[in-house]
Amino acid sequence: MLGLLWLIPALPFASALVLMLSGSRFPRKAATALGVGSIGISAVVTILVAVSFFTAPPPDHSYTQLLWTWINVGGFNPEIALRLDALSLVMVLVVTFVGFLIHVYSAEFMMEDEGYSRFFAYMNLFVASMITLLLGDNLLLLMLGWEGVGLCSYLLIGFWYREPANGHAARKAFVVTRVGDTLMLIGLMLLFTQLGTLQIHELMQRASEHWPAGSGYAVAAALLLLGGAVGKSAQLPLQVWLPDAMAGPTPTSALIHAATMVTAGVYLIARTHVLFSLAPAAQFAVALVGAATLLLAGFSALTQPDIKRALAYSTVSQIGYMFLALGVGAWQAALFHFFTHAFFKALLFLGAGVIINALHDEHNIFKMGGLRKELPVAFWTFLIAGCSVAGLPFLTAGFFSKDLIIWEAWSADHGHPGFWIAGMVGALLTSLYTFRLIFRVFFGPLGTPVTKRPGYTMTIPLMVLALFSFGAGYLKEPLLGFLHSALPATIEARAGGMTEAGSEAVAAVVFLVGLYFAYLFHLRKRSLAEAAVSNPVGSLLHRWWLADWGFDWVYDKVFVQPFIWAAQINKSDFIDAFYAGVARLADLFYRGLSRTESGRLRWYAAGVAVGSVVFLAMVLFR
Amino acid sequence: MTEVAMRNGLVLAGILFSLGLTSLLVRRNLIFVLMSLEVMLNAAGLAFVVAGARWHQADGQIMFLFILAMAAAEVAVGLALAVEIYRRFKSLDVDKLSNMKG
Amino acid sequence: MELAFYIAGAVAVLSTILMLTRLNIVHALLYLIVSLLAVAVVFYVLGAPFVAALEVIVYAGAIMVLFVFVVMMLNLGKHSVEVERQWLTPGIWTGPVLLAGVLLIEVVYLMRGVPAASGSGAVDPKAVGTALFGPYLIGVDLASMLLLAGLVGAYHVGFRKSEKSGNRTGDAT
Repeated sequence: MLGLLWLIPALPFASALVLMLSGSRFPRKAATALGVGSIGISAVVTILVAVSFFTAPPPDHSYTQLLWTWINVGGFNPEIALRLDALSLVMVLVVTFVGFLIHVYSAEFMMEDEGYSRFFAYMNLFVASMITLLLGDNLLLLMLGWEGVGLCSYLLIGFWYREPANGHAARKAFVVTRVGDTLMLIGLMLLFTQLGTLQIHELMQRASEHWPAGSGYAVAAALLLLGGAVGKSAQLPLQVWLPDAMAGPTPTSALIHAATMVTAGVYLIARTHVLFSLAPAAQFAVALVGAATLLLAGFSALTQPDIKRALAYSTVSQIGYMFLALGVGAWQAALFHFFTHAFFKALLFLGAGVIINALHDEHNIFKMGGLRKELPVAFWTFLIAGCSVAGLPFLTAGFFSKDLIIWEAWSADHGHPGFWIAGMVGALLTSLYTFRLIFRVFFGPLGTPVTKRPGYTMTIPLMVLALFSFGAGYLKEPLLGFLHSALPATIEARAGGMTEAGSEAVAAVVFLVGLYFAYLFHLRKRSLAEAAVSNPVGSLLHRWWLADWGFDWVYDKVFVQPFIWAAQINKSDFIDAFYAGVARLADLFYRGLSRTESGRLRWYAAGVAVGSVVFLAMVLFR
Repeated sequence: MTEVAMRNGLVLAGILFSLGLTSLLVRRNLIFVLMSLEVMLNAAGLAFVVAGARWHQADGQIMFLFILAMAAAEVAVGLALAVEIYRRFKSLDVDKLSNMKG
Repeated sequence: MELAFYIAGAVAVLSTILMLTRLNIVHALLYLIVSLLAVAVVFYVLGAPFVAALEVIVYAGAIMVLFVFVVMMLNLGKHSVEVERQWLTPGIWTGPVLLAGVLLIEVVYLMRGVPAASGSGAVDPKAVGTALFGPYLIGVDLASMLLLAGLVGAYHVGFRKSEKSGNRTGDAT
């Protein structure tokens, strides 16, 4: 059964190819069957593979399927090989399963769009690339999948290409992640030239043999890989593309920018954890990036009026938690949070999609309200997901995973009390902004009226995801145990001053405080929110956090404007002058020669005479 | 009948030819152009006859005969064209017939 | 008899020069006829009486007469003399004279190694006739076709429908 592994990426690839080549000639039903069906069958195959993996685990808990050798040049011969172990299995399960639910949802969501089959082609290509990334046995194949998801992200953000703003957002996403990709590529080259292989298992072994802990190469390589991860996962300082990426269709935001692609960075660091363990400085950098990002994004999420942007910042913040976990050495906790986050974040986005669709494309939460009674399924599922994100104690998956991270931030070997504080403040902010959304959208007087209600194809995925957001937390122990075969256990160091239960209690209190303040500001006395924003300090903070802490402005001034200026100057440089000169020379010749065609008989006769004189001279004076 | 140096005959032909060329390049009247063409053809024929006399062969004179026939045909057509041009352009200026310039 | 050659040659050159410089077209034509007659004399001196006769009959007799007819038909008149005077500025001569002069010098220089004549060089008409009906028969046929083509072409170019111009030999003023 494990031999079916190659089908998991191959089916979506084939489906994407067929859909791209057939274009809009396929009838809607056929495109739906192909687009949704391929992911569905992939999900089924994944489950079969998973069952086989559980019941009869292969030796060393990893299974490699070699398909063919990609390149064979000199000493460089990467192969197209798929490697399955606990880490990649968990992630592939999530990607195919959540991906399938989102595809089912999009069948109704995108029903009226004219680019229907194009959408499914891109989405399938994305899922195929993501699975390639996850299952790749060597870093080059991972890079292939990495680039593939970047491309699909670009294509899907700019899906409604007739609107120039969407094209800008897509370009911005691509260019910013490119910065990260370049760093990652340099890291790959460093690894290859120093260690001679890109096959991940080999690479990690050789790294631990040749490089002592803390060696310059290890730190450099780890930091470069971190650069790539930061770009793809939208962490500081490359987080600027994710909020703008919300210009794409909502299912895209749900799949790519919430549940899967943005977690590729987390996967990369988890995969190469040996390298990071060899470079404590780099690992500390990971934790620092995670902590800073989760705080920054939390503050920004508090101010956003657009529901999707608020959720985007929430995603950035939650991935910050995952990076924090990786940075303190809590590898399994990070993966557990990824697992739960995929469910509730996708659910939040899909719910937002239902709301936006129902209110005829209204994105501003201040224009919404009172949808509790109008869209009950959306309300209850959104509520469950929101509680999960904020960490409602014991009842939701998010509580278990986020709390584990915050506890590890305190107690792990590389942990630090500062990280614990950051995690707690972040939890407060999470609770605040999530309930702000819920109270503004679903409670209070009716805002924009509802014009369209979702059908079953949209509500059933919501309900399935809600079930998992609720129940996935109970899978904590089996999941962590399962991941143990691929990731090392977290080294517990200090437990002084606090126990895990104590940390959980503080988290619960923080949740309730956030809930209360959100209730106060956004339901009970909404005027308080107005007042907070209009007073001088408040309005300054509000504008600063709304503009993403000024990152966009800084990047524009430092990178974009000088680049445009340099390009303008170079528009007519000396190389251009050379080509223009050639053209002018030809023109000059033309003018000169056209003078000889005067149309006058005597000139032509004179020409003949001159010619004969010249020839005779040549004969005479040879 | 007498011995005339071939060189002198050819020099005479050359002089007549260059005079005809000069006239062709200078005059603007179409009839004059045709006349200078006749002069040049005549000079060429003279050269042929001189050469034929030098070699005691009839070929030179025969060439002259053919040149003569050709000149006659050319003059006929050329003058007909000249008349037509005068009817259309109301002038015999060769420089006016420069529509093919550029 | 060599003297006759030189005198006839001089007359030909002189009358050609005079032809070039006339303003009145009929004068020029007449000088041209004189030049052609002088060349006929040269032919006779060279021992080619048949060609001399042809020169007089065909060239000076037919072709020049054709020129005279056309000039008369076009009826150029006094106005044309004025126009010619305008066109023939002194400065206009320099370039062509230079060009033709250089050509002449080159040609003369080319002939510096040409030997003197051998023998009398006279060829009588009988030999010419024999050659014409012998090896050059095809040339004669071609020449006659050429003349036919010239005839047809001239007729076609000069033809006018009788409605368009009232007078076939009409003045074209």
